[in-house]
Amino acid sequence: MAGRPGKSGNTAAADQGFEGDTMTISTGNPIEGSMADPSRRAGMDDPVTAEAYMLPSGQPVQLVDPDGLHVHNDKYPLPDGEALLKAYRELVVGRRVNDQANALVRQGRLAVYPSSHGQEACQVASALCIGADDWLFPTYRDTVAVIAKGVDPVQTLTLLQGDWHSGYDPYEHKVSIQATPLATQLLHAVGVAHAAKLKGEDTVVVALCGDGATSEGDFHEALNFAAVFHLPVVFFVQNNQYAISVPLNKQTVAPSLAHKAIGYGMPGERVDGNDTAALLAVLGKAVDRARQGGGPALVEAHTYRMQSHTNADDATRYRTDDEVAEWAPKDPLVRLRAYLKELNVLTEELEEEIAGRAETVAAQMRDGLNAETEVDPEDLFRFVFTEKTSQLREQAAMLRDELSRESA
Amino acid sequence: MSTTMTFAKALNTALADEMEADRSVVVFGEDVGPLGGVFRITDGLTQRFGEERCFDTPLAESGIMGMAIGMAMNGLRPVVEMQFDAFAYPAFEQVVSHVAKMPNRTRGKVKLPMVIRIPYAGGIGGVEHHCDSSESYYAHTPGLTVVAPATVEDAYTMLREAIRFPDPVVFLEPKKLYFSKEQLDLEALQSRWGTPALDRTDGPEPTAAPADSSIGRAVIAREGTDATLITYGPSVSTVMKAAAAAAEEGRSLEVIDIRSIVPFDDETVMASVRKTGRAVVVAEAPGFASVASEIVARVQERCFHSLAAPVLRVTGFDIPYPAPKLEHFYLPSVDRILDAVDELQWEDA
Repeated sequence: MAGRPGKSGNTAAADQGFEGDTMTISTGNPIEGSMADPSRRAGMDDPVTAEAYMLPSGQPVQLVDPDGLHVHNDKYPLPDGEALLKAYRELVVGRRVNDQANALVRQGRLAVYPSSHGQEACQVASALCIGADDWLFPTYRDTVAVIAKGVDPVQTLTLLQGDWHSGYDPYEHKVSIQATPLATQLLHAVGVAHAAKLKGEDTVVVALCGDGATSEGDFHEALNFAAVFHLPVVFFVQNNQYAISVPLNKQTVAPSLAHKAIGYGMPGERVDGNDTAALLAVLGKAVDRARQGGGPALVEAHTYRMQSHTNADDATRYRTDDEVAEWAPKDPLVRLRAYLKELNVLTEELEEEIAGRAETVAAQMRDGLNAETEVDPEDLFRFVFTEKTSQLREQAAMLRDELSRESA
Repeated sequence: MSTTMTFAKALNTALADEMEADRSVVVFGEDVGPLGGVFRITDGLTQRFGEERCFDTPLAESGIMGMAIGMAMNGLRPVVEMQFDAFAYPAFEQVVSHVAKMPNRTRGKVKLPMVIRIPYAGGIGGVEHHCDSSESYYAHTPGLTVVAPATVEDAYTMLREAIRFPDPVVFLEPKKLYFSKEQLDLEALQSRWGTPALDRTDGPEPTAAPADSSIGRAVIAREGTDATLITYGPSVSTVMKAAAAAAEEGRSLEVIDIRSIVPFDDETVMASVRKTGRAVVVAEAPGFASVASEIVARVQERCFHSLAAPVLRVTGFDIPYPAPKLEHFYLPSVDRILDAVDELQWEDA
């Protein structure tokens, strides 16, 4: 089993609660595997405590710095060029999706759009770190992640277009509805993972939330349930520093959000949220570990919401332009592009092709969302229950009659 | 063969029979494992079906409800127990925002075939937070099916039907009835269901409800001609006593046990009221903005020309559920019901 604590330090570790390859902590749940490689863990003869095992790295993991240079990390090898190129392609498309959606709001085609501009690396990595049969549980800000997992962009934006509260079939790409009530979807993710485990399927579930959502009770309940039932869920927090207007230091005084993991008996890790390579490496390891029966993990990405909460928000009321400007050079696209250029993987032809792909998606969004769609008033009653109640049949008939008189 | 069975044992048997018939049925909640639930409704299920099918969760109702949603999304049929009515409130956001809405949001792509069992209402001398009649909160939320059995036979049948129902069901169990007993021919009841080994874990596709389902159907618990008493859940037994007492005084009262609050059986209720011309609605919950209020409104909208008197309500007062020594002042009583019947303008008849 990859990523297990390993044979090293067995003797010493046994004194600290390790039994062979499996560590048992006080909750009685075996924890097989670790976020950390043996090489990064305490030395061969050092005891490894539960705390050391679960605490995040001292600094957010970074594999490619803002200048596009590789940063060596013992725990996390750099993903190969092909994986990074694939991610870059999605990053460029994701940025274009964000820009196009903003434009569509200004044109009155979307009611509102919570942009993930600046967070595209998190968006893309959360979709690319899992397979087609794995589930993604997104929030309202994770439109780009939903699209990166394969959902049609126009169907994804149906929610914000106002045609219906969700426009895609969650089973088609294993992407749940974009949840608006904060942290509630984390428990659904736990349930899907629990059912998969009971059915003997090796599904992994990635559950997304933001820094603000970590204050919600459901965040706590979801992590605790996942840990107690030892479920294959990777909780991925995009810490973009603000919950609408409220900064992180008013949500928590924990050393980091990743530190919360230890309270539930699962490993936590923190990662540079604008470094696609590091995100793929850290999330990939957590996903592998979960799939192999290692249980849940909590990953916190340090990133920044470059734009307002939504188009209806005014970020200048609670943060300075200087603060925003500090994050501009850390842009996820700029740095991955620089690294791939340096690696000679990203040719000019490829860049053109990727840009063309992004424009195709943008055109698809414009065409799909500028089209006048018909809404059917009968739909109001159609999906509330599998079979309409007599009350809903009466009400549907009333509306039908009203409309027929209007059109007469 | 007829046997004596308690309401609690009927529920327990229904759970066991559905778990036996359908391996996608899983039961979980607080203390439902080795203990068998604080009311013993899940007694023996962990022992019989294993810890994977009937298990204790951490003490967190929103967690239980949210996890059940995900399990239902992924092919299982969770039956969750909220330990007491008022302890279900932490799960309210999950119930209102997701259980009730997700099938509609996904245009029917996601079905949530789950049952939320809630021991509810008073009459047991319970302390605060153990006696709430919370049905109106659920009944007011579009997307929830809300039922409350009042007999031992219905406890068995309706729970099995709720588990097989394609949509989420809030299953309200009047806890004062848990240890009431009835003669029951269990084998005859069980034979109605057959013994199919259902294996639905491969997909979310639900089966249709049985054609003669109690969900959406009221029953006439006692036939009568002079007035209709409409009630449900814990109040049914009180109303039956009132009807028996009225009969001794020469008044023939029809009793309707609603059973299914949502969907509501307008047909049975209205047919009875049109026949008798008078009606009293009896329920334990505070009357203001309640299920009882809704029933009164529906009756007067649909039966106005058949009515000889205003439709009256006998309900709990609009106060928090009282302390044990005061609850008998609060609960609808035989006398209070008969007083209401006396006010139905008989002198004009």
